[in-house]
Amino acid sequence: MTALPRAAGDARRPIWSRLGLHVALLVIMAIWLIPTLALFVNSFRPAADVSASGWWTALAPPWDFTLANYEHVLARQGLGEAFINSLFITIPATVISVMVAAIAAYAFAWMDFPFRNVLFVIVVGLLVVPLQSTLIPVLRLLASTGIAGSYLAVWLAHTGYGLPFAVYLLRNYMGGLPKEVFESAAIDGANPMVAFFRLALPMSVPVLASLAIFQFLFIWNDLLVSLIYIGATQSQNLPMTVVVANLVSSLGGETHFLTAAAFLTMALPLVVFLALQRYFVRGITGGAVKG
Amino acid sequence: MDQRLIQAAIVVIGVPGVLIGYVVLAERLLGLFEERRRARIRPWIWIAPAVLFLVVFLVYPTFNTIVLSFQDKAGQAFVGLANYEYFFSNSDTLVSLRNTVLWVVLMTLGVVGLGLVIAILVDRVRYESIAKSVIFVPLAISFVAASIIWTFMYQFRAPGSTQTGTLNAVLGLVGLGPEAFIQTAPFNNVFLIIVGIWMWTGFAMVILSAGLKGISTELLEAARVDGANELQVFRGIIFPLLLPTIFVVGTTIVITALKSFDVIYTMTSGNFDTSVIAFQMYKEMFTAGHLGRASAVAIVLLVTIIPFMAHNIRRFREQEAIR
Amino acid sequence: MQRRPTGLRGVVALGAAAMLVAVACGTGTPSGGNKVTVIGTWGGAEQEAFLAMVKPWEEKTGNVVQYTGTRDINAVLTTGVASGILPDLAGLPGPGQMFEWGKSGALKPLDDVLDIETYKAETSPAFVDLGTVDGKIVGVFIKSALKGLIWYNPGDYTGGAPASWDDVMSTSTGGAEALWCVGIESGAASGWPGTDWIEDFVLRQSGPDVYDAWVAGTHAWASPEIKSAFEGFGEVLDASYGGADTVVSTNFGDGANPLFTDPPGCVFHHQASFITSFFKDQGGAADGDFDFFPMPDINPAYAGAFTGAGDLFGMFNDKPAARDLLKYLVTAEAQQIWVSIGGALSGNTKVTDYPDDVSKRSAEILGSAKIFRFDGGDLMPTALQSAFFGAIVEFAQDQSKLDEILAGLDEASTAARGG
Repeated sequence: MTALPRAAGDARRPIWSRLGLHVALLVIMAIWLIPTLALFVNSFRPAADVSASGWWTALAPPWDFTLANYEHVLARQGLGEAFINSLFITIPATVISVMVAAIAAYAFAWMDFPFRNVLFVIVVGLLVVPLQSTLIPVLRLLASTGIAGSYLAVWLAHTGYGLPFAVYLLRNYMGGLPKEVFESAAIDGANPMVAFFRLALPMSVPVLASLAIFQFLFIWNDLLVSLIYIGATQSQNLPMTVVVANLVSSLGGETHFLTAAAFLTMALPLVVFLALQRYFVRGITGGAVKG
Repeated sequence: MDQRLIQAAIVVIGVPGVLIGYVVLAERLLGLFEERRRARIRPWIWIAPAVLFLVVFLVYPTFNTIVLSFQDKAGQAFVGLANYEYFFSNSDTLVSLRNTVLWVVLMTLGVVGLGLVIAILVDRVRYESIAKSVIFVPLAISFVAASIIWTFMYQFRAPGSTQTGTLNAVLGLVGLGPEAFIQTAPFNNVFLIIVGIWMWTGFAMVILSAGLKGISTELLEAARVDGANELQVFRGIIFPLLLPTIFVVGTTIVITALKSFDVIYTMTSGNFDTSVIAFQMYKEMFTAGHLGRASAVAIVLLVTIIPFMAHNIRRFREQEAIR
Repeated sequence: MQRRPTGLRGVVALGAAAMLVAVACGTGTPSGGNKVTVIGTWGGAEQEAFLAMVKPWEEKTGNVVQYTGTRDINAVLTTGVASGILPDLAGLPGPGQMFEWGKSGALKPLDDVLDIETYKAETSPAFVDLGTVDGKIVGVFIKSALKGLIWYNPGDYTGGAPASWDDVMSTSTGGAEALWCVGIESGAASGWPGTDWIEDFVLRQSGPDVYDAWVAGTHAWASPEIKSAFEGFGEVLDASYGGADTVVSTNFGDGANPLFTDPPGCVFHHQASFITSFFKDQGGAADGDFDFFPMPDINPAYAGAFTGAGDLFGMFNDKPAARDLLKYLVTAEAQQIWVSIGGALSGNTKVTDYPDDVSKRSAEILGSAKIFRFDGGDLMPTALQSAFFGAIVEFAQDQSKLDEILAGLDEASTAARGG
């Protein structure tokens, strides 16, 4: 983690307002953390205890913790395979989404063409289309082209569903980039393609990082799209979310396994989030143009 | 398995390569045209891949949905506006409409407001990454897990017996009786919305934080040197510059709230007067198997965002004018 | 993004495109033997039991069973039937769904798949009939359960099985807080334990003919018979541990926990035969802490009536390996495997080896019931069953709304049946 450049003015602020800042943040963090903490503690308790008493009671002796829930999940047949499947579904789909969206977003932001705004608004409006209403028609279409059930189908599906948000986010950011930068580039004779690769993309790193985080996350945690597009006919390709959902019987009783599984599956998106944090560095655009 | 890892690596490198190649190839082709024409054709080539995806996965099904919304249960016979009439007259769906409005208003205000406050606060501390991760965790944790978490938080046990739910235990500490938070209409909606806010604030925070980083330190420094206090810096510089991003986040959250489904599906299944539009659609489509009505609900959703979208167009035009 | 030297870009783009196509062809099928794809709602321990059930078949034939479990089975199968992408065999969500898909031809008839004579001879007639659509068998039962059992803790309740329903209701609570424990929460299906209650009441109060007509939609919900069933359930609710709030917010798996506390919260709990594993896992009970007697008759004219349910299987793709698997699944040998693991009964009369006393007695009752009816909710159209679930939840919260609720169910019934 790189240290953030500190504004020189900070040192001059009175102690009490720094204290207030820290207190406020700690309170917020505590409120946010407690629900998750509760689940975390419960995931180490036997099922009968979880039904009988609150999670906080486990923090005092007698300590009756168990790794049984985690063991059960990890020993689950096919979990490792499913983990690889999840990666195989998520990473390519994320890469495709970000790139296709970046190209389109730049065009919407910096190129002039008729109906530009209306088209863009339609793209964003598609955010509202409910997933379930698209499944049958699209699946019929894909089935007739023969790619249904393959990984390609899932990658394309995730990209398609994620594009409205991706284009919206990127276009907004790119549109806010300093106009002077592109103007001076144009004067220097660079065509838009060069401006895109050499200027827009590097300057958009924070938002590209955000988008990557979210696409990764949503696809990683998705169950229905993968289940329907890969289908039960290729179940060896199904992601971890399906295997995890299967930890409980159809009657839904054994949620204690789900609690352990939740923490195991959460690990990777968190790692991705932390890893991409270093792209949220101030000063990238600030340095490119004065004032 | 080795074979698949190699394939994945190929895609990760290959896809950017293909897309870069596409853009480059386009540029080559454009070279064949005269200067003026190039700038007119190029945008269409650039947006083509995205548009293709959208047409296949979202636009085509939407036309399909519009047609179906005027048809009967099995999607065979034309029934005019019958499905829409049903939607606006049935008491269950009217309750769901009311609840959806609640979701949109409360969740958007909560998520965007909190997200903004937190983004600004964490920007100033050294443990920024840790703090952001804490707020981000609910989003990482998947909807199923989130609903289990809050089922535990809100859990209700008979008065007099030991409470296993965190909130009811806290109430017990101050001498108040246990409440069946999720089961008691109409405030149960608020408690469900709190779950939504808890989950999505991290989303707003991440995007607003990225936007915040884009504001040059020199600008802020200059203002502080001039003697402006934090509130003035916020109102004068940060807020205006961040407004477009706030708008994007706001619109996205409004739409997310409109489509909220998972929380209701897993925590109450629409019982206790908590149903929302998206849940009604699911019920019609997969439980009742009524394609016509399900499609009508989807179209109602689409129509609802038109005012937002119109506002969006206006903002873009304004933004262009300033630029 | 780095800029690649001019000539290379085209090559890279072409090469990458070629590889994309290669990758798109997905992974190949495992070599040696055929693959049979199965989808079902079973997860957790049920999934393990099913896999144990098919293992001998896999070893014998060298084929591979690929099972996918999901609770979104309705979405997957509905989409699948529309798009044509379906697994070979499927655990069907219920007889209602089976009926629709059987009629439309999506489910293949099994008359020449099974050894029909043996099947009909070995399986109790109720189960054979339930899997039949338009005279053809399209569904078979993999396992079954008996409903309408009253559970109690022998450490607390020492009286014998009460002779009549009135006797049950007038049992003294002794050291317990209330007579009954009821828990109806169950995620998307909250309310289903209450529907079991109603069905048991209808069957015992008004008899099998009314029951059948009610399930088929020809006997109204807003009728004295159904109303009296709800009222019977209402009396139970009034005598329930924790009151209405507890009933609607307690998960069905935790519903019986007060039976095993000290002092106990209640004396009786009404549930199906598969609930025993929940007693042990979530209630902390051990074998011997629980026992049952069947819910007594209410109207002597309809004595010996029982409700039960089962898990249906059907075939979507007519392939040799799939046919063979289905044929295997209905044999006593296969069904015995799941039964021995526990938590399941079998509709196959040749299965006799039950792991414990409780399941043995349940199986005997199931096999010898004078009047047997399948779970009514499962037989209704899905939308109506869903409305039934919701109605129970509403009723539990406010019994005074009964007439409104019943009228709403009549509307739902008409709508669901295409009215």
